[in-house]
Amino acid sequence: MEWVDTHLWTIPLMPLLGVLVHIFLGGTLGKKLVGILACLLVFISFGLSVVVLLRLLELPAEERHLLDNFLPWIRVGAFSADWAFRADTLSAVMLLVVTGVGFLIHVYSTGYMHDDPKYIRFFAYLNLFTFSMLVLVLASNVFLMFIGWEGVGLCSYLLIGFWFHDLNNATAGMKAFIVNRVGDWSFLCGVLLLFWSLGKYTGTYTVDFYEINRLAPELPAGIALAVGLLLFGGAAGKSAQIPLYVWLPDAMAGPTPVSALIHAATMVTAGVYMIARFSGLYLSAPDAMMVVATVGALTALFSATIALAQNDIKKVLAYSTVSQLGYMFLGVGVGAFSAGIFHLMTHAFFKGLLFLGAGSVIHGLHGEQDLRRMGALKSKMPWTWLTFMAAWLAIAGFPGLSGFFSKDEILWQAFSSEHGHWALWLVGFIAAGLTAFYMTRLVVMTFYGESRWPEHAHPHESPRNMTVPLAVLAVLCVIGGYVGVPAILHGANYFEHWMEPAVTWAAGHGGAEAAEHAAELGSHGLEALLMAASVGVALLGIGIGWWMYSRRRDIPEAAFQRWPNLYRWVLNKYYVDELYQWLVVDNLLRLTRLSGRFDLAVIDGAVNGSAWLTERVSAISGWIDNTFVDGAVNGVAEVTRAAGGRLRLIQTGRVQQYLTFAAAMVAIGVAGIILWPSIQPWLAELWSGAI
Amino acid sequence: MELMDKYLISWIVFLPLLGAGIILLLDGTRPRAIRTVALFAMIASFLVSIQLFLRFDSQLSTYQFVQRVDWIPAFKITYQVGVDGISLLLVMLTTLLGPLVILSSWSQVSDRVKEYHVFMLLMQTGMLGAFAAMDLFLFYVFWELMLIPMYFLIGVWGGPRRIYAAIKFFLFTMFGSVLMLIAIIYLYFYAGNDFDLIVIMNKLMAEPLRVNIQLWLFAAFALAFAIKVPMFPFHTWLPDAHVEAPTAGSVILAGVLLKMGTYGFIRFAMPFFPEAAFQAVPIISVLALIGIIYGALVSMVQDDVKKMVAYSSVSHLGFVMLGLFALTPQAVSGALIQMVNHGLSTGALFLLVGIIYERRHTRLISEFGGVSKPMPLFAAFFLIVCLSSIGLPGLNGFIGEFLILLGTYTSANPHAKLYAVLAATGVIFAAVYLLWMFQRVMFGPCSKPENQKLKDVNAREILYLAVLLVFIVWIGVYPRTFLSKTQVSVDNFVSFMHSHRLPELPPPAPAETGEEQP
Repeated sequence: MEWVDTHLWTIPLMPLLGVLVHIFLGGTLGKKLVGILACLLVFISFGLSVVVLLRLLELPAEERHLLDNFLPWIRVGAFSADWAFRADTLSAVMLLVVTGVGFLIHVYSTGYMHDDPKYIRFFAYLNLFTFSMLVLVLASNVFLMFIGWEGVGLCSYLLIGFWFHDLNNATAGMKAFIVNRVGDWSFLCGVLLLFWSLGKYTGTYTVDFYEINRLAPELPAGIALAVGLLLFGGAAGKSAQIPLYVWLPDAMAGPTPVSALIHAATMVTAGVYMIARFSGLYLSAPDAMMVVATVGALTALFSATIALAQNDIKKVLAYSTVSQLGYMFLGVGVGAFSAGIFHLMTHAFFKGLLFLGAGSVIHGLHGEQDLRRMGALKSKMPWTWLTFMAAWLAIAGFPGLSGFFSKDEILWQAFSSEHGHWALWLVGFIAAGLTAFYMTRLVVMTFYGESRWPEHAHPHESPRNMTVPLAVLAVLCVIGGYVGVPAILHGANYFEHWMEPAVTWAAGHGGAEAAEHAAELGSHGLEALLMAASVGVALLGIGIGWWMYSRRRDIPEAAFQRWPNLYRWVLNKYYVDELYQWLVVDNLLRLTRLSGRFDLAVIDGAVNGSAWLTERVSAISGWIDNTFVDGAVNGVAEVTRAAGGRLRLIQTGRVQQYLTFAAAMVAIGVAGIILWPSIQPWLAELWSGAI
Repeated sequence: MELMDKYLISWIVFLPLLGAGIILLLDGTRPRAIRTVALFAMIASFLVSIQLFLRFDSQLSTYQFVQRVDWIPAFKITYQVGVDGISLLLVMLTTLLGPLVILSSWSQVSDRVKEYHVFMLLMQTGMLGAFAAMDLFLFYVFWELMLIPMYFLIGVWGGPRRIYAAIKFFLFTMFGSVLMLIAIIYLYFYAGNDFDLIVIMNKLMAEPLRVNIQLWLFAAFALAFAIKVPMFPFHTWLPDAHVEAPTAGSVILAGVLLKMGTYGFIRFAMPFFPEAAFQAVPIISVLALIGIIYGALVSMVQDDVKKMVAYSSVSHLGFVMLGLFALTPQAVSGALIQMVNHGLSTGALFLLVGIIYERRHTRLISEFGGVSKPMPLFAAFFLIVCLSSIGLPGLNGFIGEFLILLGTYTSANPHAKLYAVLAATGVIFAAVYLLWMFQRVMFGPCSKPENQKLKDVNAREILYLAVLLVFIVWIGVYPRTFLSKTQVSVDNFVSFMHSHRLPELPPPAPAETGEEQP
């Protein structure tokens, strides 16, 4: 298995091959083959990722780290970045999630997109996305990661606007790209500052993650803080955190498998992954971590409240995703990198499944996305329903399911870690209750109660290639959490130990420390208490949601009646989009119009003005010249002109020919004179050879 | 082979001229023959230049393939050409674009085909000669030589306001050229009546000019080149020239002619007058920054696609100027690569706009919408080129911009970090104006009947777009091929600049202009 040490590049190569084949041979191969090939190649990548995992397992824990530097790339001055991939315990988890969940969603898409005229292009994009995402997680340096980082952004743009004949979809894609660019600007500034300060304070210019993490403690605190915040700006763009989260809900305009793969399971988690990648740096900048955790917690709560009132099934899930991403940032922000990544993984299972399930429902109802026109689908779509149940309980934090373990781990660390605070825990705790509530609302409104779809809709279960991926993900939702059972439940927390080598640095280490910290608190009892509290709030949320939406629909109605303004605020997402429109977009447009006018009136005006002035002046001097100086000669000139005109008539045409001929000769002559010496010996040789 | 080496550059420079001579002898009523000759002359020049690229020794910072012939001995004027790592890529860019623009005008130009191609070839010789010239007089001759064909290309084959645009272009450039000529003549006498670049450099190194003389001469050169770049506020000839010029003219104008300005800085203005160049850093950097942001803002409001691309050039070349005057190896390498990138990406954008203009006879954004549907292949090309211009990692633009930003940020001058951070906002704006335009032209419902029947790109168009695309991806994924050729020359240039500041003078506070961003 050492083979894989120097062949990490084969993992992203597979989907890249897919892209090329789809683009150049897609038409010849036909839909069926393209679909099969797209899935197969991602599956091979998954197989290779498993090989990487096994290979890492062979190695002792502290040596679980493969570096494959296969192509020199840029070396200019002190700056050097290569095409080099690194597989450590962190990227191995990401590899498995990206290729594993990615494969399932590819398979699902063969069913979901079956009748789409742009089927082949869809799979080309999907493969391109997988390629970019794999580059992102495998990159050993910031510069290379940025290729994947922007590559996934591009695929997101292309896939959100996949049905571009509707301008709204295209606009959503553009919004996603531009908002991400704002984040990228911050990220880029962070990288510049990091590179420069590493050179200045440690004498080593580097963009390699491990080097950066190793050297980070030597940076002055202020600079580490600034770098941490700037990089987080990039993460907030990609992973839709306050204040850059606005693009993600709109991104649901894309086909549903895209929402599942890109806008829930993988791409949007890239920001979390990036923070974990920079764990050494962040551990040297505790204040930056505090900001990350706070923003994460607030985003978790804020978007959970928006999710309460949405009626579009995908919008609910979108805000839920923003909220869950907030949890992940809360985790990595308090130094619990492994807990954050753990939640990233379980979230990929359950949120991927929720979106795919929602897609199945939308598919079955012929494109209907409004919860108010669903209901009673349990018996019509049994597989979808059953798998959806698993995902719902997982995200709600029902004890024993995957989401429970990961979310609880984050909440506990938020409370007990040295970077944590009880207030962070509290915010996460409340958001957990809200999550359970809005997810229950969604489930009840979709699968239970009376049917609100039109008679002729005839909802149907989705085909096998859609339900099988659902089933696999459902199994993962149920059992996926058992790799990280905490000690208090007599588990070994295998996941945390697995992650440790990738997030342990001189500056401190994520994860394990928190446990020790907790031990200092001497409070296994406290941990148990908090766990009980989160189980309680989850069950409470589920219970209230169930009761309210299946028995007492009048209560939410009454609440809306009673506080119409509050309801409207929440329904309209607190008018943040409108605020941005007014504050940023309108002003930018105003500024551009102003610049445009300024350019025409002032700058070009000055040019034309000076031209006009010159013209006037020369007109005046010309008049003087004509009247006084030239007057005397005029008579002679008149005669000459007349004669010239007659002569020209005789020669007409010829002169031009002569001129042309002369010019040609000059051109050939000049070229010839200069080039001749180089032909001459060759000709001479040829000549002598001929003789 | 040695002999061949010696004449290699002359072949590259004069093959187009030879083609022009042959075309002049051809019958003007047989356009196909004329086009074919022009195409072959361009291709031949390109093939020879590949030899130049392959045989170029990237370990040397000196001029290579130098050919020297006395021209007007009485004034010590020589015909002397050669390339180093700085001019090599620009020569390659020019020879690459040559055949492509001939292909692009294959069906677009049907009026006065003979003259058109003669001018195109003449201009090619002028541009190549200017990049290769090692004699200031020769440089000036080539510099003017390329001006005249462009004037006619705009004035004869241009759009409705072509006369205004052509005259504006000509006057602007002439204005700068005259000042430069005066400075050249000063240097001629200073170097003991010699136009030879090496002689002048040696003289300037041995006896540097006093600082105020440096500043005056630098200003004369800089003005000529800044107009050509064009830098804010000398840019207004550019949108007019671009909008009125035929497609091939725009491609050459953006792709090569503008580089003449930036090349002039790095080849002449900066190494001749290092002290002055350092003192000008704040002014040039601020103007470059204004260019980056202001150019992007103005291009956002344009309703004509071609005009938008023209203004985007102001923005992109702002990056190049910022990089050149950051005077670090990364930034200067980035600037060089970005010159090539801009030639490829903006050249491709103009070709694409030309393709759609040929079909619809309009370039107004509002006339389009949903064009992706009838022209899917065109859409794919267009998107990739836009993304390259936006600076998407994996494509060429990113490499240049990133190196420039990195080099600027790590540069020693006091405000460099601010410059880099502000310049980086350019990456946001570029995404805004290009994607917004792309959206309005290509996406949405295809509602106008004249758009629904648009024909997708044909084989000839695919050919020339694909060639550009290959290089766009190549530079993005593996820029080493090109960076390694420039590396030694760039390092040499940067260390030369730093070691030839005037030591004894404490630099007076550089005259900060009151330029604020509008």
